[in-house]
Amino acid sequence: MSKLLEMRGISKSFYGTQALKDVNIQIEPGEIQAVCGENGAGKSTLMNIMTGILQPNEGEIIFEGEKLSNLDPRTAQEKGISIVHQELSLCPEVSVAENIFMGRVPEKRKGMVNFKQMRQEADKVLKRLNLDIDVRQPLGKLGISEQQMVEIAKALSINAKILILDEPTSSLTESESQILFDNLMRLKEEGIAIFFISHRLKEIFKICDSFTVLRDGVHVGDGRVEDVDPDDIVRMMVGRELDQAYPDRTTEVGQNILSVENISRKDEFENISFRVNEKEIVGLFGLIGAGRSEAMQTVFGINQPDSGRITLFGKDITANNTRENIDQGLIYITEDRKEQGLFLDMDLNANVVAADLEQVSQNSLIKKKKVKAIGEKFVEIMNTKYASLDQPVKSLSGGNQQKVLLAKWLAVDPRVLILDEPTRGIDVGAKFEIHTALRELSNNGHAVMFISSELPEILGLSDRILVMHQGKLVGELDADTATEEEVMMYASGRKNDFKN
Amino acid sequence: MENTQNSSILKKLFGLREASLALIIIAFAALLSFMAPGFLSTYNINTTLIGLSMDGILAVGMTLVLVVGGIDLSVGSVMAFANVLAGMTMVTLGLNIWLSVFISIALSVAIGFSISQFITKIKLSPFITTLSMMSIGRGLAYIITKGSPVSIGEISQTFDFIGGGKTFGIPNPGLILILLVIVMDFLMRNSKTFRKIYYVGSNEEAAKFSGINVNKTKIMVYILCSSLAGFAGILNLARFGVATPTVGTGAELRAIAGAVIGGASLTGGEGTVLGAFLGIILVALVNNALVLLGVSVYWQQLVVGLVLLSAVIIDMKVHGSK
Ligand SMILES: Nc1ncnc2c1ncn2[C@@H]1O[C@H](COP(=O)(O)OP(=O)(O)OP(=O)(O)O)[C@@H](O)[C@H]1O
Ligand SMILES: [Mg+2]
Repeated sequence: MSKLLEMRGISKSFYGTQALKDVNIQIEPGEIQAVCGENGAGKSTLMNIMTGILQPNEGEIIFEGEKLSNLDPRTAQEKGISIVHQELSLCPEVSVAENIFMGRVPEKRKGMVNFKQMRQEADKVLKRLNLDIDVRQPLGKLGISEQQMVEIAKALSINAKILILDEPTSSLTESESQILFDNLMRLKEEGIAIFFISHRLKEIFKICDSFTVLRDGVHVGDGRVEDVDPDDIVRMMVGRELDQAYPDRTTEVGQNILSVENISRKDEFENISFRVNEKEIVGLFGLIGAGRSEAMQTVFGINQPDSGRITLFGKDITANNTRENIDQGLIYITEDRKEQGLFLDMDLNANVVAADLEQVSQNSLIKKKKVKAIGEKFVEIMNTKYASLDQPVKSLSGGNQQKVLLAKWLAVDPRVLILDEPTRGIDVGAKFEIHTALRELSNNGHAVMFISSELPEILGLSDRILVMHQGKLVGELDADTATEEEVMMYASGRKNDFKN
Repeated sequence: MENTQNSSILKKLFGLREASLALIIIAFAALLSFMAPGFLSTYNINTTLIGLSMDGILAVGMTLVLVVGGIDLSVGSVMAFANVLAGMTMVTLGLNIWLSVFISIALSVAIGFSISQFITKIKLSPFITTLSMMSIGRGLAYIITKGSPVSIGEISQTFDFIGGGKTFGIPNPGLILILLVIVMDFLMRNSKTFRKIYYVGSNEEAAKFSGINVNKTKIMVYILCSSLAGFAGILNLARFGVATPTVGTGAELRAIAGAVIGGASLTGGEGTVLGAFLGIILVALVNNALVLLGVSVYWQQLVVGLVLLSAVIIDMKVHGSK
């Protein structure tokens, strides 16, 4: 078959960081190709060059036999190259429908938007993804995974020849991902070429035909997926063997630390009760719209519950604000690093110390030396790949931004950690390190609760599993005996232990 | 290692904003002293310094507001309000001068507080809130004076000295500005409380999730900005001895221009007091040049606009468009 797109000898550097070195990649119509590599390997950079967002320092792009020089985003889109970015890139203030049709709104008379048609078509596009969302509400009202689905819906509705998906599933559960994959298969049938980036190797082996592996900006291998197994790809990615077992479960659960009794918030969640104990990791699972993040943010003090009680170390903290909770050792690490987690324009150090300025201050003055020491210490603990501690966080790769977010919260020395999708966008190796670190914290007497959309992670890392469905807690399982099927039964509402 | 070096050099170049601004100012001043011999005269330097000191005080407050991600269009009006309120309570009610000053500053604080309440509680946009306050403040200034300037006469030597005297040969208003800049610049760089302004301006949501009290920070910033504006109004009264309802007209533009030329970003999270100070000096120098070169005063606003525009364009080229 003939090539649809070919990129040859692509190099790109950012102020001294060589992000890509002489990379070649190509794709045929109807091919789904995985682009693999560790955090900071250059995957997003390569895709951004393909869509004209970044200009390469060297190399050429050949699309349908034609050399595209000085490609810009607009031309790329006109040629039929469409991308779902790693970070959400829609307008939160604008309605869902308008986001989907951004730049190509249906018109009534000359220059007048046909809102009715736009809503109907937006509805149709979302239905294809099994999404039931009011398209008139502002996008920002949706949770991050719903926003991700809207972004995917938008990309699918553009008649693209090449579709690039940069970690589209990082905030999706398996069932939502499956809907995406079904749609991708349909597009594949239509002859559309797809680049697919994911740190979940299982997904790659499920849907991809071929793969390309990058390491430190260099092309280190490519081939057909059926010729290799996951370990081969990991080996190419990290350049060595990788032990990927989940750490051992807890042997003894300590005393209760956090206890949540019957908290509710209108339209968000209802009668949620659970306890988190010392030396224990609790996993919280649920599908899109289950209200997991909303409930946890309320525990953290972002919102107040309408009713119910929260106690920490036996003290009532229901009315606490976030500051008071942080000072008492309770933290929440958001799933939305871009909007709620990081100060993207500020440097690494400033981000790491943001949640605890007290510890770097003396007499109300911030001590630069302490900022630097703390910043460096925790960025290193997380094995973050960076060029300089003074660089703005937005110039890091997605996975490395996630590491800075974790570093920021480790720096406050918390006792109780609630982590919302902690390994979102993190590569296989680093994921293992984070799991190990969380288990170590737990063994040292911390209480850990985490939300994940990834079932294997929930089953592998937790001691105890809680499942939410439509704002309610529906199940509590012992992780030792739980199975994926069982957890899914609860998550999809087919099973409920707490019916009342 | 090479990477680290490169990017820290780059970082320094960016950090050199204040330095490059200072260089431009020096070059401009040198050029001006050649072209207009009157420029270096003590008289010209002193009057320019006094003129820019009021604008400078406003620009300091404006910087805080811009960094937190807001804007305050009411500074010129609040300045006028404080100016005439102090003057008129003194003249018509015969209040003690320091009491009048106290009342003016207290009401400026109250204005800042109410602005912050509209913004944090009712969630009005800073632009609309302060645009309204700009009109209200100016309106009050006209109502209080019935529209015409009122002389307060010679009331207190100390008061006169603050506005008209010199210390170490430097006119007091200029000295006050310099002290203010030193203190505020230090606080903005080092104080735990003031650093929060940058966090809130950079990403309000993330600040909230980091346990930073966003509303408290905003309230502090707007109160500071209004009080500084009120203080500038008092200083103006001390200097000229006249309660003038038109004082500070267009000053918000110069304050914003100064802050932005000095590196403040209108989207928040960036800006320094030192930069704003240098920015105001540049604006004042340009105006002074126009006067000395005999260009009509009518050109001044236009030129300030052009300088601001070029500064913003240069900034965009350096920082990349947003
Ligand atoms: N705008 C930028 N300025 C400076 N450096 C950058 C910029 N964008 C990317 N980089 C650097 O280029 C390298 C490659 O980044 P890229 O985002 O392509 O990685 P990635 O493979 O997508 O990683 P991830 O899996 O974490 O998303 C990283 O070291 C990153 O810090
Ligand atoms: Mg990436």
